[in-house]
Amino acid sequence: MATEAPIRPAPAVNPGEMFEKTRGRRRFVDRLMTTLVTGAVAVAMIPLVSVAWTVGSRGLKRLNGTFLTTTMRGVFGGMDAGGIQHAIIGTLLITLAAAVISVPIGLLCAIYLVEYGRGRLAAAVTFFVDVMTGIPSIVAGLFAYALFTLLLGPGARAGIVGSVALSVLMIPVVVRSSEEMLRLVPNELREAALALGVPKWLTILKIVVRTAIAGITTGVMLAVARVIGETAPLLITVGVADSMNTNLFAGRMMTLPVYVFGQYRQGLVPCANRAVACLPTINLDRAWAAALVLIIIVMALNLIARLITRYFAPKTGR
Amino acid sequence: MTSVEPSVLADDVTASRRTRSAGQLAGRAFAGLTTGAGALILAVLAAVALFLVVRGLPALTSSSADLSARIEWFKKGQTLLGYTGPLIFGTLLAGALALLIATPVAVGIALFISHYAPRRLAQGLGYVVDLLAAIPSVVFGLWGVLWLVPKLVPGFSWLHEALGGVPLFAGTPSPTGRTILAVGLVLAAMILPIITAVSREVFLQTPRLHEEAALAMGATRWEMIRMAVFPFGRSGVISAAMLGLGRALGETMAVLMILSPGFSYSLALLQASKHQTIAANIAAQFPDANPSGVSVLIATGLALFVITMAVNVTARWIVSRRKEFSGAN
Repeated sequence: MATEAPIRPAPAVNPGEMFEKTRGRRRFVDRLMTTLVTGAVAVAMIPLVSVAWTVGSRGLKRLNGTFLTTTMRGVFGGMDAGGIQHAIIGTLLITLAAAVISVPIGLLCAIYLVEYGRGRLAAAVTFFVDVMTGIPSIVAGLFAYALFTLLLGPGARAGIVGSVALSVLMIPVVVRSSEEMLRLVPNELREAALALGVPKWLTILKIVVRTAIAGITTGVMLAVARVIGETAPLLITVGVADSMNTNLFAGRMMTLPVYVFGQYRQGLVPCANRAVACLPTINLDRAWAAALVLIIIVMALNLIARLITRYFAPKTGR
Repeated sequence: MTSVEPSVLADDVTASRRTRSAGQLAGRAFAGLTTGAGALILAVLAAVALFLVVRGLPALTSSSADLSARIEWFKKGQTLLGYTGPLIFGTLLAGALALLIATPVAVGIALFISHYAPRRLAQGLGYVVDLLAAIPSVVFGLWGVLWLVPKLVPGFSWLHEALGGVPLFAGTPSPTGRTILAVGLVLAAMILPIITAVSREVFLQTPRLHEEAALAMGATRWEMIRMAVFPFGRSGVISAAMLGLGRALGETMAVLMILSPGFSYSLALLQASKHQTIAANIAAQFPDANPSGVSVLIATGLALFVITMAVNVTARWIVSRRKEFSGAN
């Protein structure tokens, strides 16, 4: 029976026609997704542009020579005075100390991973360096605090404690970037040096590290840029101060990010009976100006780092 | 051999031996130094965990009556777990909100950079997104609380009117706007760069042949992305999102400045004084805390450490597993 049935033409819808039918919808979805993807970029620009604009325009109001060269010593209420000199010095000292701790450790660790590391220890170090980049900054602060109170007794607050906290955050970044740079050094250079009878450790120091030094510097600067804006660990380890303290090993110090937070927390000043020279918004103005200085420092570090890579990096042939 | 005076030969050998052994010593010392630096990393990580445990132990072992007697802000009859619970809830809620907002946007940007934008624009855009990562968190906090939050208040009341039936948006919206949803928005902006960067790398690694095959079959660009790019990059995007989550969970300053704190398990995103995160709570209480208070705060810090470690280890594990299978490198 089945064989006698007349041969029917193929199903009414041929593939080409089906294609035609869905084409409109498919094209619409494609356009829609293109719009959404482009829209996502536009959405991401909102915070960036508005942070830059708000901090720039509000910060410039107060940013001048006096602001950069005075401290908060003897400044109270709505006085039209005060500045961030002590905070800038504190930030520079603490960050410098953090860099002095982290760069040798980070660089040596990177050399270990690239030149020596084999087996289980190397695998563990690689993995945990990655994990360490995820330590919350406040936990690093708690660690430094716990370490120093154990050594020096309770209530110890000093710049160096903050430096240790920052270096916990900085070391993995230095390791990761230096490691990448050392891996870029061509093996031919190592082999040439070794073939001439140069010991391995001298080859590493004089050939490998020297070739990669521009990239390593860039990585260090980016790491510094990352930790220089850290607030929470410094808030709990270094505290706040109103006057200059250049001793890393004793007493509280002020740092720029903590200064921004401190000024914000003081908020508006209630100006009684329209006292002369009382600015109600002085604290917030100072916070914006200090935030602007902080952003400028961070951006400058980023920019210099990129320039170093661009002009001093060895050509990799790509 | 015999023509050479034995003493000279002996001198030569000892000299070369001496320099060789000195060189070997230096080489070994250097190798030891670098290995020590590697081991130090592991030691530091272990020390972080150890010190948190040691300093948090007094709080973990003392009774709730003891704690409330010694600490001003520790309520009577509250256990340490009862104190930490709402904080953990708040931390996870803020992180989840940030992730929900940031991930789609970040994937969109990553796709734009990898598959839509012309090359020059893509490069510049990648750099611009990285700039977002360079903004210090305290600046984000200042911007969030003084600029963004006041602008969000009308949006929050609109959300409440439109979707008030959903528990998330129930309750009278806070007139100050200093709510967990505002925090989630700011945190989303902060974790956007890291999710974008990792996803972009993964999308760029999609095998060119898969993409071209899809396009040759007549797929539109979006269909090509759905058929070739997403299946290849799924695990990468998941781990990118988890790395972002790790960042959001540990973020302190933005939360501290924006959120009006409260201790509860409330799901009301539009109400202030309902939530608090671990990190922000530590930063808020720590400077004035007495030794018992510090111990309690360090115990909560330990909880945060464990949570972020778990998230990060999982994310890194996914990344490293993917590396083995993808055939890239």
